[in-house]
Amino acid sequence: MSVYITFTVERLVDEIFIHNLYVEFIIMERHNSYSQVKGVSTGTTILAVTFNGGVIIGSDSRASMGESYVSSKTINKLIQVHDKIFCCIAGSLADAQAVTKMAKFQLSFHSIQMESPPLVKAAASIMRELCYNNKEELQAGFITAGWDRKKGPQIYVVSMGGMLLSQPFTIGGSGSTYIYGYVDAKFKPDMSLEEATQFSTNALALAMGRDNVSGGVVHLVVITEAGAKHIVVPGDKLPKFHDE
Amino acid sequence: MSSIGTGYDLSASTFSPDGRVFQVEYAIKAVENSSTAIGIRCKDGVVFGVEKLVLSKLYEQGSNKRIFNIDRHVGMAVAGLLADARSLSEVAREEASNFRSNYGHDIPLKHLAERVAMYVHAYTLYSAVRPFGCSFILGSHDEDDGPQLYMVDPSGISYGYWGCAIGKAKQAAKTEIEKLQMKGMTCRELVKEVAKIIYIVHDEVKDKSFELELSWVGEVTKGKHELVPKDIKEEAEKYAKESLEEEDDSDEDNM
Repeated sequence: MSVYITFTVERLVDEIFIHNLYVEFIIMERHNSYSQVKGVSTGTTILAVTFNGGVIIGSDSRASMGESYVSSKTINKLIQVHDKIFCCIAGSLADAQAVTKMAKFQLSFHSIQMESPPLVKAAASIMRELCYNNKEELQAGFITAGWDRKKGPQIYVVSMGGMLLSQPFTIGGSGSTYIYGYVDAKFKPDMSLEEATQFSTNALALAMGRDNVSGGVVHLVVITEAGAKHIVVPGDKLPKFHDE
Repeated sequence: MSSIGTGYDLSASTFSPDGRVFQVEYAIKAVENSSTAIGIRCKDGVVFGVEKLVLSKLYEQGSNKRIFNIDRHVGMAVAGLLADARSLSEVAREEASNFRSNYGHDIPLKHLAERVAMYVHAYTLYSAVRPFGCSFILGSHDEDDGPQLYMVDPSGISYGYWGCAIGKAKQAAKTEIEKLQMKGMTCRELVKEVAKIIYIVHDEVKDKSFELELSWVGEVTKGKHELVPKDIKEEAEKYAKESLEEEDDSDEDNM
């Protein structure tokens, strides 16, 4: 026998975000021939990289519909599921939103029952259970990254079908195909915060420079034992690579 | 002190005028009829010892185990109605397994103890069922949180302990446990002391032969709960018997 306590926490910011995504999804449906041709990965570039003492999770900020319309220039694809655990989303935005909302609820309840902050692995496992058990209906993959007391900074990839894999760094989304060479060559384990920030910003800028459905600003969240810090690097401050 | 329920003790869904639920108290009495089980937590692990009374020479040695494996890192020693205890060990196993399936890591012992205690408590709420007639001690070792020990009784409360005893000789066992400096001991030292305590509290007059069941979990087993190996168990029993003889001898000298 179990006791279930349900509680809802709705913040105004979340509601506006959800509303915007639903509106976009409705418009997107009319253009769904484009998304079918493109396949299941959204126009996006996401990455996560561990460094000495923490993890950086980052993404671009473009939401596109079809090949030619940018529906949002400043969308934040980094979703906070707990104090020191973030997810970045790839695939259907609506599915990703639904999964992260459910995961956030389950994780919050789990953390209160445990009387301690949740492990990153627990957060990733919750997402994996949701993705695997609903794999027929869902089309969303995630990168879950965060810091916990037991293992420090960690990154877990939860793929669309429900695979869970731990990696020291990872990239995803349509723009990631252009930067595999760069990240494979330039990643070093145990980088400093400055090196890791430079690495992430460079990788995202390079991807955004070549992928037409990634762009806008670079969103980074730096997660360490001290907490999570959100950094936005606007378009004009991004590193330039032979762009003149 | 005998307490007569007189009508308020017929079901678990009834309080008595002085605020007691007699069915739960009777369940606790059922535990006190069973032979003793103790669990002690030391600096690098947890050791369980159970006095398993052998009612017939025809029993196969090692049958009717009273220590269960709940998960790789969790052990459970029981006292009371053995059938109730077996069913609860299955409940605990499912809890631990579901937790791992959902959250990807070993269940923390405090959480497991609370979940099983919640289950035991549910059976104290209704007249259609009877409370479980067993107490149990859960122990585990985790490399980050260290060794932990929890006891759950039929009322459905869980307590964390450094050392605890359940069953008929629990008072005598508790007195012996309190004499130990367990926080500074290692598992190897503690195994011998646990065997000694079981031998001390065993009543030679009322109960005939008994089998000692010993298990441990800690750094010495790399976090896996398992029965103490045969050679270490024999060494511990030898130490226990010798300590008892010494005490007998010193009693005779005093006379």
